[in-house]
Amino acid sequence: MTQVVQAEAGDLSIFAKKKYPLLQVKGLTKRYGARIGCADVSFELWPGEVMGIVGESGSGKSTLLSCLAGHLAPDAGAVIFETGAGPRDTVTMPEAERRMLGRTDWAFVHQNPRDGLRMGVSAGGNVGERLMAVGARNYGTIRTAALDWMARVEIAADRVDDRPAAFSGGMQQRLQIARNLVTGPRLVFMDEPTGGLDVSVQARLLDLLRGLVRRMGLSAIIVTHDLAVVRLLADRLMVMKSGLVVESGLTDQVLDDPQHVYTQLLVSSVLQV
Amino acid sequence: MSEYTFAYLDEQTKRMIRRALLKAVAIPGYQVPFASREMPMPYGWGTGGVQVTAACLVPDDVLKVIDQGADDTTNAVSIRKFFQRTAGVATTEATAVATIIQTRHRIPETPLTDGQILVYQVPIPEPLRFLEPRETETRKMHALQDYGLMHVKLYEDIARHGEIATAYAYPVAVEGRYVMDPSPIPKFDNPKLSDSPALQLFGAGREQRIYALPPYTRVVSLDFEDYPFAPTKAAQNCALCGASESYLDEVIIDDAGGRMYVCSDTDYCATRRGLGHRGAEG
Ligand SMILES: Nc1ncnc2c1ncn2[C@@H]1O[C@H](COP(=O)(O)OP(=O)(O)OP(=O)(O)O)[C@@H](O)[C@H]1O
Ligand SMILES: [Mg+2]
Repeated sequence: MTQVVQAEAGDLSIFAKKKYPLLQVKGLTKRYGARIGCADVSFELWPGEVMGIVGESGSGKSTLLSCLAGHLAPDAGAVIFETGAGPRDTVTMPEAERRMLGRTDWAFVHQNPRDGLRMGVSAGGNVGERLMAVGARNYGTIRTAALDWMARVEIAADRVDDRPAAFSGGMQQRLQIARNLVTGPRLVFMDEPTGGLDVSVQARLLDLLRGLVRRMGLSAIIVTHDLAVVRLLADRLMVMKSGLVVESGLTDQVLDDPQHVYTQLLVSSVLQV
Repeated sequence: MSEYTFAYLDEQTKRMIRRALLKAVAIPGYQVPFASREMPMPYGWGTGGVQVTAACLVPDDVLKVIDQGADDTTNAVSIRKFFQRTAGVATTEATAVATIIQTRHRIPETPLTDGQILVYQVPIPEPLRFLEPRETETRKMHALQDYGLMHVKLYEDIARHGEIATAYAYPVAVEGRYVMDPSPIPKFDNPKLSDSPALQLFGAGREQRIYALPPYTRVVSLDFEDYPFAPTKAAQNCALCGASESYLDEVIIDDAGGRMYVCSDTDYCATRRGLGHRGAEG
């Protein structure tokens, strides 16, 4: 298991981190009536680790991610998150606490930036919202943080008062990422963060994401059907089919030596493109 | 008079409204849904306030009705007449004498006292509506005290105008819990919301919501540390009574663009003039 442990020499907290996974998922199941969304998914995510989830359309990737992030209530299973104050099952915790997690330790990047941005609010207001949600009450500080994050996602400072509607798709997606990372979350959920963008824009966004993930030591779970995204970002990989995880392991291992028939098909079909 | 039940509404309806009012008083700043009735006046004329007033009135009440501070505008006059006719209660223009004051867009200048009830007409009760149109979501945000969005609104103000430009319906936090829209009163009036000896009731007819501030409730206007809340008014004194501390309306007085500033609270202004105070034009 790869594990990016970022700690200064002598920092004892790494032992604590080694002991507990950041996220423990156990038997997570979600049905839509008779149809299976995802079934009996279990895995662990360690601090600093990036997990990719791949699979064909309708295989349950978004369903799983939504259940993990608390946007959907699963029918069964546990999602145990290592909060600062010990591990907690986020499925059964009160909604107020889950929402608080959602705007502090967790972040969610939607495929469509319109779902993750407030289109009627300026770029600066979009980035500042999470800060204000956790109690920031100094305009100057909020604005400085917004400008800093816009620079980090390569959006010019003079766009800070423009609304996202005036931005290109790639800029909107970068703004959504800035808005999510501004509070320094520990775990980022991303659903097809590069989907819907043209190829050159995708490459730039991926580069940016990789830089941010590495520099901030972020843990992330990234849903995609693009194996290039996985290669570039993910330490580990889960392959889904019909709501089930059919294969998982180190990214390079799974992609270079796929065991499951479906994974073999997935990898070979990509190579042909 | 005999064609109507006391104060127009039937007793059943008044009981329903009183139950909503009790709940509203028990949870200061929380918007309580109520089954708003059709009233013999259009929405926007204060149907929510009228229903709240009707549910509170007793025969020996003394009613005052103001619209933007004035007792003599069409809206105020017709609501006053309505209750004279349907409840037969005494009416007054004197803030100090009234037991119930129904208001649109102002809080009287004369400090309210113990036992008085101030009823606000509210067009849009939801302070979060501006940025979050979904009712299901705003309800959840109130329930979970998820109010970052309120400051986003103020942030946008400063980003666009260099200051908090919101001048009316300036959002407040009630007892550190619910964020509330004080109805479109000028922010100049916001400090009067807090710690008032009077009972303050808010009625939104079209939106079917009632909320309340019990006497002596702590009400804080939202702001930023570096852009603190400031209850502003025109810098002038009232041209009629010379008052420097009251909220002023700008009145155009001729075709040449001439203007003067006068108290928006007509009772306050008249009372001061009765005591001999005079402004530049008084
Ligand atoms: N709201 C819903 N109601 C009913 N069925 C749903 C709902 N959402 C998803 N499903 C079904 O659940 C299964 C998994 O869907 P999901 O959206 O999780 O797939 P996905 O892997 O994210 O697909 P894609 O790559 O197309 O985004 C599919 O069969 C889908 O039709
Ligand atoms: Mg999906």
